[in-house]
Amino acid sequence: MSDEIKLIEVKEDIQADNAAKAKELQDSLRKEKTFLLNLMASPGAGKTSLVIQTIRHLKEKLHVGIMEADIDSMVDAEKVAKEGVDAIQIRTGGFCHMDATMVKSGLDAMNTKNLDLVILENVGNLVCPAEFETGAHKNAMILSVPEGDDKPLKYPLMFSVCHALVINKTDYLELSDFSVEKCRERVLKLNPGIQIFEVSCKTGEGIDRWVEWLHQEVNNI
Amino acid sequence: MHELSVINNILKVVLKHAEDHKVKKVVAVHLQVGELSDLEDQWMQQYFDYLAKDGIAEAACLVIERVPVVMKCSDCGMSHAINIKEDKSSMCPECGSTNNTIVSGREYFIKNLEAI
Repeated sequence: MSDEIKLIEVKEDIQADNAAKAKELQDSLRKEKTFLLNLMASPGAGKTSLVIQTIRHLKEKLHVGIMEADIDSMVDAEKVAKEGVDAIQIRTGGFCHMDATMVKSGLDAMNTKNLDLVILENVGNLVCPAEFETGAHKNAMILSVPEGDDKPLKYPLMFSVCHALVINKTDYLELSDFSVEKCRERVLKLNPGIQIFEVSCKTGEGIDRWVEWLHQEVNNI
Repeated sequence: MHELSVINNILKVVLKHAEDHKVKKVVAVHLQVGELSDLEDQWMQQYFDYLAKDGIAEAACLVIERVPVVMKCSDCGMSHAINIKEDKSSMCPECGSTNNTIVSGREYFIKNLEAI
């Protein structure tokens, strides 16, 4: 065999394997009429608070399950289980995101056939979870007012892969220089189709519109 | 961190093709990475070196071509590249519409391998 360098054509998308698994999961959930929402945000943006508010608004109308993904601890699952819904905690053991295989193993541990809506509370950060499809039917993210209106410039991928953006902690707006208008402009530049909701999980303001959107998406599956 | 997951996926594809072609050694991997990726070339190489150690892709060089973020106008169909770091509107230069969707800039694509 000669030692000449040869060129081997590959032409392969390295995320294709995960994307195929995600698609498979999406389809099998659709057959069961179970809607999966992938909720992403920074630590402290209000993911668990939004999940709890959402449960309170929807639990009389829908069967809701929650999958909490964290690097460690059971704190979030314990909090949401108090709301009277099925909740499981996935400890990613250092992993900074969930991929379709991890989500599937979590869903296998839940009885999804009886659930209309499963919310995956992804690991808290605006970088890694954006890179991996999870099998969710829709992606949503939260940006909280104290984080600043420049985040779409710093984490463009995250803002580009989401179908909905919840701007949380609007009760802080008066105390901050966060410009909702600037934020909207920056997000819409990357993703003109995104739905934007301004809410305060603390006061409950704006939650209705978000819940209405989500309920509609669940019904449309 | 997700660098390891991404690089591990790259390595898996590289090794699969290297084995299929029964090569002795992978010398270089030509990649296309979208500008929306936050992985730096230098770090990608370091993670690759770490994961590929003791295998046939050990010390292979990653040749990374960045793919610009391109948006397609949903109104007139024109495509245009945007600078995501700039705080400017992504208005279509042809018709002025802001109804644009991203068509490239998110990819991790392996084009080919150089091997002996």
